[in-house]
Amino acid sequence: MNMERAELPIKSYFMLHIPCPHCGLRNETEFHYGAEAGVAYPDPNTLTDSEWAKYLHIRANPKGWLAERWVHFAGCGRWFNLWRNTVTHEIGPAYLPFTTQPKSPGNIGQEGSRA
Amino acid sequence: MSEVSFSFDDKLYMGHQGEPMAAALLRSGVLSITNSTYHGRPRGIVGLGVEEPNALVQLVSGTQESILPATVIEVADGLNARSLTGIGALPELPDEARYDKTNRYVDTLVIGAGVAGIMSADEHVRAGREVVLIDDQPKAGGYLRHLGQELPSAMRDILAHGNLTYINRCTAVGLYDQNYVVAIERRSDHLGNSASDKRARIRVWHIRADQVVLAPGAFQRSLIFANNDRPGIMLSHAAATYVAVHGVRIFSRAAVVTIDNQGYRDALRLHNAGIQVQGIFDARPKAGGPSVDAAKAAGIPVRFRSTVLNTASNAEGALHSVLIQDLDTKETFQTAADLLAVSGGWTPIVDLATHIGIKPQWSSEHAAFLVSQSTDRLRTAGMLAGDFGGDDDPLVFFGPALDSEQARKAYIDLQRDTTLHDMRRAVGAGLHSIEHIKRYTTIGTAHDQGKTSGMLTIGALCQQEGLSPADVGTLSFRPPYVPVPFAALAGRERGLLSDPIRITSLHQWHVEAGAIFEDVGQWKRPWYFPKPGERMDDAVRRECVAAREGVAVMDASTLGKIDIQGPDAAVFLDRIYTNMFSTLPEGQCRYGLMCKADGIVFDDGVTTRLGKNHFLMTTTTGGAARVLAWLEEWLQTEWPDLKVYCTSVTEHSSTIALVGPKSRQLLKELVKDIDLSKDAFPFMHSREATIDGIPVRIARISFSGELAFEINVAWGHARHIWERLWALGRPYDLTAYGTETMHVLRAEKGYIIVGQDTDGTQTPYDLNMSWVVSKKKEFIGRRSFQLPYLKATGRQQLVGLLPENTDEVIPEGAYITVLNAHPDEHGKTRHTGFVTSSYYSPTLRHAFALALVADGLNRMGEVVDVPIGKKVLRATICDAVFIDKENIRRDS
Repeated sequence: MNMERAELPIKSYFMLHIPCPHCGLRNETEFHYGAEAGVAYPDPNTLTDSEWAKYLHIRANPKGWLAERWVHFAGCGRWFNLWRNTVTHEIGPAYLPFTTQPKSPGNIGQEGSRA
Repeated sequence: MSEVSFSFDDKLYMGHQGEPMAAALLRSGVLSITNSTYHGRPRGIVGLGVEEPNALVQLVSGTQESILPATVIEVADGLNARSLTGIGALPELPDEARYDKTNRYVDTLVIGAGVAGIMSADEHVRAGREVVLIDDQPKAGGYLRHLGQELPSAMRDILAHGNLTYINRCTAVGLYDQNYVVAIERRSDHLGNSASDKRARIRVWHIRADQVVLAPGAFQRSLIFANNDRPGIMLSHAAATYVAVHGVRIFSRAAVVTIDNQGYRDALRLHNAGIQVQGIFDARPKAGGPSVDAAKAAGIPVRFRSTVLNTASNAEGALHSVLIQDLDTKETFQTAADLLAVSGGWTPIVDLATHIGIKPQWSSEHAAFLVSQSTDRLRTAGMLAGDFGGDDDPLVFFGPALDSEQARKAYIDLQRDTTLHDMRRAVGAGLHSIEHIKRYTTIGTAHDQGKTSGMLTIGALCQQEGLSPADVGTLSFRPPYVPVPFAALAGRERGLLSDPIRITSLHQWHVEAGAIFEDVGQWKRPWYFPKPGERMDDAVRRECVAAREGVAVMDASTLGKIDIQGPDAAVFLDRIYTNMFSTLPEGQCRYGLMCKADGIVFDDGVTTRLGKNHFLMTTTTGGAARVLAWLEEWLQTEWPDLKVYCTSVTEHSSTIALVGPKSRQLLKELVKDIDLSKDAFPFMHSREATIDGIPVRIARISFSGELAFEINVAWGHARHIWERLWALGRPYDLTAYGTETMHVLRAEKGYIIVGQDTDGTQTPYDLNMSWVVSKKKEFIGRRSFQLPYLKATGRQQLVGLLPENTDEVIPEGAYITVLNAHPDEHGKTRHTGFVTSSYYSPTLRHAFALALVADGLNRMGEVVDVPIGKKVLRATICDAVFIDKENIRRDS
């Protein structure tokens, strides 16, 4: 897989068009949302009940820019990550899992993020 | 324009092809279309277009579409409509018209083909951009058309430019993020009888534009005064247009009430058409400008600081005279008039802008909310941007002070019959937000969605509370801007095309055998196979008996199948399933259960190891896509180091389940190349074989608890195998069975169906399935079993239920209680569980059920109550396995 394609030459898009790293700009209806990106599956047995419950149920939901997981279910079927502004619905750069996260297009949303 | 005839309320009228039906009716003297919905007051035509609150009709011909304003229906040969009093009626016949949809990507989309829209389009075309211009009217020109003027040739040239697509009769109904616009083009109603039935009646446009220009124009609004709803009271611009352009000659004396210079222009048009204009009653202290000068020069009397306070009607309810009030002295006087033309100011159409969250800004100078800010991708033009064009100079004024008696007759929303009195009551009840007042009074919630009443509500609230509209803000409008028929949104995806239908390769056989089908997801599955004269119960009992005592056959092809290959396939399955798969020998099958990370059961099925690195997973019929997505999510986002490939192969092979004590005997007649005996081919083993030279894979899998063989064969060969079995099975009385019998058989054995016997809150332990949870390995969901709330006692657990009355099948979903026990804090009986599966068992000769009951596994033998309506059924909690607990039949 060509990891260099992760950095897409896009300016700023809005929510109804999403840049799939594999297929290009596609309609939002072709995608499913997968909440906050970068929450790795922890080693379950090293966590307290409360830490495990936090992994299960708590995800960042800030006002502003958030790195999220999306899957192009009606296209290539691949998961990828995407910067999205939860207030303006602006879409930032997309990047593949396990690659370096590109810089946030703006201030990272703070309010309501995970403690 | 050609003359055509049309029907309205069973009477024939003449009209000009293409003119608004309202104009033709007015010309024929039909002023009052209908009575109001709630107060039963006579109401006439008020406006010119989609803002019309009163003149609603239903088509009698064609699609019988309802709640259409007579102001937007174009007269056409064959048009047939009837009046409506507020409430429409659904057509009795299906809508046979065609509807379609299309997508368009364009540089610039201009909404509104008035002068401002056309000039904006020109600007973008000149900049080398491709432009789509949509307009809801039959012809371009906007305001010019209301003046009866032709489009100047320069503008006609713009419309004809090669880089511009002009679409008429096309209404933008929604503006969404990223300049995505949905528009509705009406393509055939205006053609009447001459419309081809092959032409789509409505086309839905999905337009994405790099830039959008909103130039939608404005609606005129009325004023709030007593009895402001009588037939003969119209918006001044509408009245002048009907009279001057459409030749309406039914009025003789008019009064004009205004707050701006528009009233003067309209008064002059009425005067020039031969109507005696009694006076222009202007709420302003003075007025100037060309419009005022022209009206005065024509000799129309003008009275400043005056407005209309009340009106009176003749015996038919139509306007007869107008009570004018001097706003300074409060003195009143009567003026005879059969037309009251009201100019209460312009309300630019902010609807589309508010769809994407833009907040319109109040301008006192315009007495209107405007959207003037622009971004690099969205601009406004024309009246919405504050370019009113004339010398209007409006006053912020919404009507005279009214006492409470007058307020009861002063209508704000003519559709909803809501008055100033209603609004005052809302404020008196403590509601101050315009959005709350809207919901309390229902103002602005009818088909017109407050196009004319919204601004009046804001004005009335301001006058009541001493506020400026800037403090109140506008109402939020939501798509669609005008009502859209569901048929248009459905397009061609209706009937058979509304959703794909999936059928198995044996479907035609089932049809020929007279099967009754049920929908399972998109699949058509035989539900049962009735013989002539049999009811469902009879057929299911016969099928059950055959499977338990003889031999029966079922099409199980719809089970989801996922082919899993790769060197890490076994490791992967160990992590996905609660039980171990890496220890499964090749050629054997194992039942598996999967949980989500929260420990809740998600899907189940039997997986067969076809080779060292090759498994075939089966899922529930409805769960196939969801399970594949789940596997992919873990492989792609958590375990990219695992070399595993998952492929959906549901339609690659058909599965025929041969079930019953005589199944081996029958299958022996067909399969000669492998040993089918109990010892050579035990339960949960899989074997490659051939039937008539066709390769098949046979597995000892049983979803019935009987001796059973599942024959897997390439999709295209299934019918041959099935028919061979059928022919050979005749001496055995081989019986085909459907999903209902399958359910009875599996429930008798306590086999769950995920989604029927679970409701998204059960762990494997709750289902009494600890036997399927490995203690030796890590898997998804395992950690959650340690969480206190999943370990707590009192959780709902899967048990069996035997009703006291052996024939009484308890309805599925019924609540289980123990009357007079377990009261809650209010002393009421609390439910203690519910029935998940319930059938009559011909084998047990007893009704039985599966149920989720609080702490059920510790309550064996307890009698519970199941209230059904006024009856209370009694049942005993028992083990969920009703037949062959020792699995002797299954393993035989």
